[in-house]
Amino acid sequence: MRTYGLLAWTWLRAAARFPVSMALLALATAVVSGLDAAAVLVLFSRAPRIAGFTAPEVLFLYGTSAFSFTISDLLLGTTEQLGERVRLGTLDAVLVRPVSPLIQIATENFSPRRFGKLVPAVAVLALVLPRLDVPWTPGRAAMVPLMIASGTALFAGLWVLTAAVQFVLVDSHGATKSLTYGGAFLTQYPMTMFGREFVRGVTFVVPLAFVNWQPALYVLDRPDPLGLPAAARFASPAVAAVLCGAAALAWRTGIRHYRSTGS
Amino acid sequence: MAETGAEPMIQAEDVVKSFTVRGRAGGRRRARTSLRAVDGVSFTVAPGEFVGYLGPNGAGKSTTIKMLTGILTASSGTLRVCGLDPSRRRTALARRIGVVFGQRTTLWWDLPLRDSLALVRRLYRVDAAAHRARLAELTALLELEPFLHTPVRQLSLGQRMRGDLAAALLHDPELLVLDEPTIGLDVVSKTTVRDFLERTNAERGTTILLTTHDLGDIERLCRRVLIIDRGRLAYDGGLDELRRTVDADRTLVVELAEPAPPIVLGEIAAERVEGARQWLRVPRGENAAALVAALAQRHEVRDISLREAGIEDVLAGLYRGDHAYWCSGRPVAP
Repeated sequence: MRTYGLLAWTWLRAAARFPVSMALLALATAVVSGLDAAAVLVLFSRAPRIAGFTAPEVLFLYGTSAFSFTISDLLLGTTEQLGERVRLGTLDAVLVRPVSPLIQIATENFSPRRFGKLVPAVAVLALVLPRLDVPWTPGRAAMVPLMIASGTALFAGLWVLTAAVQFVLVDSHGATKSLTYGGAFLTQYPMTMFGREFVRGVTFVVPLAFVNWQPALYVLDRPDPLGLPAAARFASPAVAAVLCGAAALAWRTGIRHYRSTGS
Repeated sequence: MAETGAEPMIQAEDVVKSFTVRGRAGGRRRARTSLRAVDGVSFTVAPGEFVGYLGPNGAGKSTTIKMLTGILTASSGTLRVCGLDPSRRRTALARRIGVVFGQRTTLWWDLPLRDSLALVRRLYRVDAAAHRARLAELTALLELEPFLHTPVRQLSLGQRMRGDLAAALLHDPELLVLDEPTIGLDVVSKTTVRDFLERTNAERGTTILLTTHDLGDIERLCRRVLIIDRGRLAYDGGLDELRRTVDADRTLVVELAEPAPPIVLGEIAAERVEGARQWLRVPRGENAAALVAALAQRHEVRDISLREAGIEDVLAGLYRGDHAYWCSGRPVAP
């Protein structure tokens, strides 16, 4: 953790030598990632409900998903370039330093630009939470930070898992992207929009439904279209723990099977 | 140098690294072949030694280096570096060794050299006072001052290599592993690097293992050489001994008064003819003086010179496989 901070700080300082470009990049990132929220609003200008959900409810899903994803992206997003490092052989340099390679890769080029993405997520959540038509019991109120935390952990697990795959399948970056970025996009909408089989897939295979969908059903007091037991609404932290464990195992296996390049 | 009883710096016993190579065998079938990049290598390096690790391209040098530093996991055999299993204790080992890859930097591309070195201090948890002293020393020895504030990506190759060396030695490692550190450097940079390595080994007692294709590096620095060929150790011994033991044929270069057909003197025949000049290979044990006398009798000789085989010829012969497992002095069991 301390090492992560140290490395991130060093990269931040390096980026801070060009303050204007840094600020503009952060701003551009904020605007671009805010477009997703605008897209949701555009949809609601046509219909009062989407798949049975009102605008504040969908924006609640958007906000929790975007918040979780952005934090995980901030912390671990650059690990998606692992395949590139494996191909170029620059991973060797990382492996001879006495610091976890995951930390080194995650902090590489750590830029304040990454914070730009947090702006729309936080803004949307701040606007939407008071407008939700739900009775705010202590349980519901506590669920919101909990779901964001476990959503972050789930996405973090996905980043590491998809990076670990690149030890073996160097060119899988495009495919694995659909899991991370695709997952981020998917969880911005109610699962009722998608087919049942698909929802089963993102519940049991890639547990994206636990990022925010299942806990949101509890917060918004909705029935589960898949009819899962009520415990599933509270399963997110456990699912996140399992996924992170699997990711750590995959990462370790990947490192051991790393083949390096010639010369 | 090698004190008996002292723990060896590197201990390799029957180390194997095999890669599975997938290739298309035609049609839709995929052929899987196992390639043994390193095929049962054993050697020991004692603290304080300066060892050259040589071999032709693809012989398994880099693979060995990567196993020693824990980047790659050996397929079988036992490996101990500083008493640790490199792949299992990679991080612990990293604190005790320094690694430099000539082909690519271990520094942070976008950071100024000074920041890179400061980061190295924090990562290796070097005490601030010790760091200052060591940095000042390295800056002086490697002449880093003029480019300390330049981002690594803007450094010339020679500057970058010196920066890499400084970064690898800031934490005062027991073992320094260098993979082709002088590749692509000009004469002046090479000399700086060589002088520096020599001093580091002599004054600090740092054990150094060096791979190189630069014969100047070997002749200048290495007291002992290991030669690997097709994954197997072909020679392990002193450099002088290598020169002596290798069947080092001499070459007689003769310049005749005028062009002539290739000379034949009993068993010996000219190998190369260029105008009036001819090259004759003199086998070991042959009396060169008698040969010259015989030549002068039959031909009108204008000039004559006898060339000893240099380390280059010795290695070239070795790499071609002419002397596979020949070493009479210190044979390495195949």
